[in-house]
Amino acid sequence: MSFDTDILIAGGGLNGTSLALALASAGFDVTIVDPLPAPKRAAGDFDGRGYALSIASQRVLKALGVWSAVAEMTQPILDIKVTDGRPGEGPSPMMLAFDHAEIEEGPMGFLVEDRHLRPALLRAVDDAGITQLNERRVVDQDADANGISVTLDDGTLLRAHLLIGCDGKTSSVATRAGIKRIGWQYGQTALVCAIEHEKPHEGTAHQFFMPSGPLAILPLTGNRASIVWTEKSERAAEIQMLSDAEYLDVLRPRFGDFLGDISLAGKRFSYPLGLSLAQNFIGPRVALVGDAAHSVHPIAGQGLNAGLKDVAALAEVLADAIRCGEDVGRADVLLRYRQWRRFDTATLAIATDGFNRLFSNDNSLLRTIRDLGLGAANALPGLRRSLIREAAGLTGDLPRLAKGQPL
Amino acid sequence: MANLNTIDASEIEKFQAMAAEWWDPDGKFKPLHMLNPCRLSYITSQIAAEFGRDLTTPHPFKGLRILDIGCGGGLLSEPMARLGATVVGADAAERNIPVARVHAEQQGLDIDYRHTSAEALVEAGETFDAVLNMEVVEHVSDPLAFLSACHDLLKPGGLMTCSTINRNAKSYAMAIIGAEHIMRWLPKGTHEWSKFITPDELYELLSKAGLDPVDRKGFVFNPISWSWRLSERDLSVNYVTASVRPS
Repeated sequence: MSFDTDILIAGGGLNGTSLALALASAGFDVTIVDPLPAPKRAAGDFDGRGYALSIASQRVLKALGVWSAVAEMTQPILDIKVTDGRPGEGPSPMMLAFDHAEIEEGPMGFLVEDRHLRPALLRAVDDAGITQLNERRVVDQDADANGISVTLDDGTLLRAHLLIGCDGKTSSVATRAGIKRIGWQYGQTALVCAIEHEKPHEGTAHQFFMPSGPLAILPLTGNRASIVWTEKSERAAEIQMLSDAEYLDVLRPRFGDFLGDISLAGKRFSYPLGLSLAQNFIGPRVALVGDAAHSVHPIAGQGLNAGLKDVAALAEVLADAIRCGEDVGRADVLLRYRQWRRFDTATLAIATDGFNRLFSNDNSLLRTIRDLGLGAANALPGLRRSLIREAAGLTGDLPRLAKGQPL
Repeated sequence: MANLNTIDASEIEKFQAMAAEWWDPDGKFKPLHMLNPCRLSYITSQIAAEFGRDLTTPHPFKGLRILDIGCGGGLLSEPMARLGATVVGADAAERNIPVARVHAEQQGLDIDYRHTSAEALVEAGETFDAVLNMEVVEHVSDPLAFLSACHDLLKPGGLMTCSTINRNAKSYAMAIIGAEHIMRWLPKGTHEWSKFITPDELYELLSKAGLDPVDRKGFVFNPISWSWRLSERDLSVNYVTASVRPS
């Protein structure tokens, strides 16, 4: 029996395209299937969405040859300030400050805008000659001992060694593979927008812990910042209905005036927050990557970073397997990926969930504990340094790509 | 697969079922599947080093003719074919041949499986760049005659990997009591301890057969990670050697 492609990737988003590039660099014949037309996926409109890339993620993009296309449009994060606050009162006196000088790797991360990263990845996929089936979706999959037969919505039947679900937290690849999910909604919604501000941000990222949820100010290039602002869902819906001027009136008191006057610099988005974990990251001739495997609360900006770690780990497992002549879709190969990523992901989900529950609370006792905790973390350089390295993605058993090495 | 056409459909179904059994990572051949990544890692790196091939390029073994002696269901033949080699898989057990053929066909791989022996291949004048001689020598009645035949099957400068089980108290405990009686990984009576060979004895046999032994390593089982790894020093139970036929 012949195969149409080595590896089929369902979903050509940030993780799907990154994985395709990594696998193609290891000599695999890769096919991407995505429901959206290519121009729509690559649309470089400014919409203010940004990603706080860890150093590990930056290295992955570098190793995939994509970093150079976006580097000039990224903003290095030089400091991270974490503050406990309440609207109207300003920040609490206890503050946790991270400075990139405390780790050796340079900046602690980079802010990259969606409008730059997405087209750069798609261009790289084009340049690599990777087959893309746009405006197509996978509607059926049938795995057997020797391969997987995948049916697309136009009736096309494709035979591959492995199907990889990069199709988000409602992954139909996972559902069809019989993989159940666990998770819950937080009753919170993230409001996302870009602002322009009067004073320079000096490359500092801020995280304010408000009773309603965290507010992050992530520095973009120039005097601009991406705001991720969490509110209880009902309140968020009300805020999202407001005019731009009223919206800004609600936002202003939440982080004070240290950046001077602010104005909106793009569209406003809202995302309901929830935790969704696949109970298994692998199935019969199936592997899950990114949100399809684990969609976490975006409190620490670790969603894309966790996805790129999956990409780097899975690409390494599959490249090492094919270099030994193994059948890359076999369960014993896929188990290596699951073992590598499972613990890391569970830790991240639990940590971000607990962090959010601890900080999204106005109980005065908890508030005091938080303030003391932040103060203590600040006083202990060792603990602070390990938190910085964690946020920079430099802990754990790093895949070669995340060390900036070729596959 | 012309010779498959001469077999009726129910036979093919039977072979497919047997192939599925051979290739089930949790099935009857689980111990071999567990050891396989470690064996493949050794074999591929030795062949790549000997013939100057870069394993990070596609089909690195293109142009190499490889014999898998005692091929069974094709657990080593298929990976070699996937790496681009021209592969002959030989097995003395006739029932393995159609099973291996059926599986290779399902995998889209072209492999020449034959019911034959090393000695018969020598008589037919066949030669190879590499011979994979894995977990066979402890089962043959005359190891020196068998290794001499393997020597004759190699082209000058060709490479043979040969793995077997050491003979000592630990290997008796692990390979016979552990694997056959406690874990039931292998059927009782699979191995006869007196036929096990120490690494020094194997080096001597290889030399007598006219080969230059160039490398030896241990396969060590880690019960914590439940997997095998290669070891430079621990050759106390399972081990593997590489030897070259002088040019």
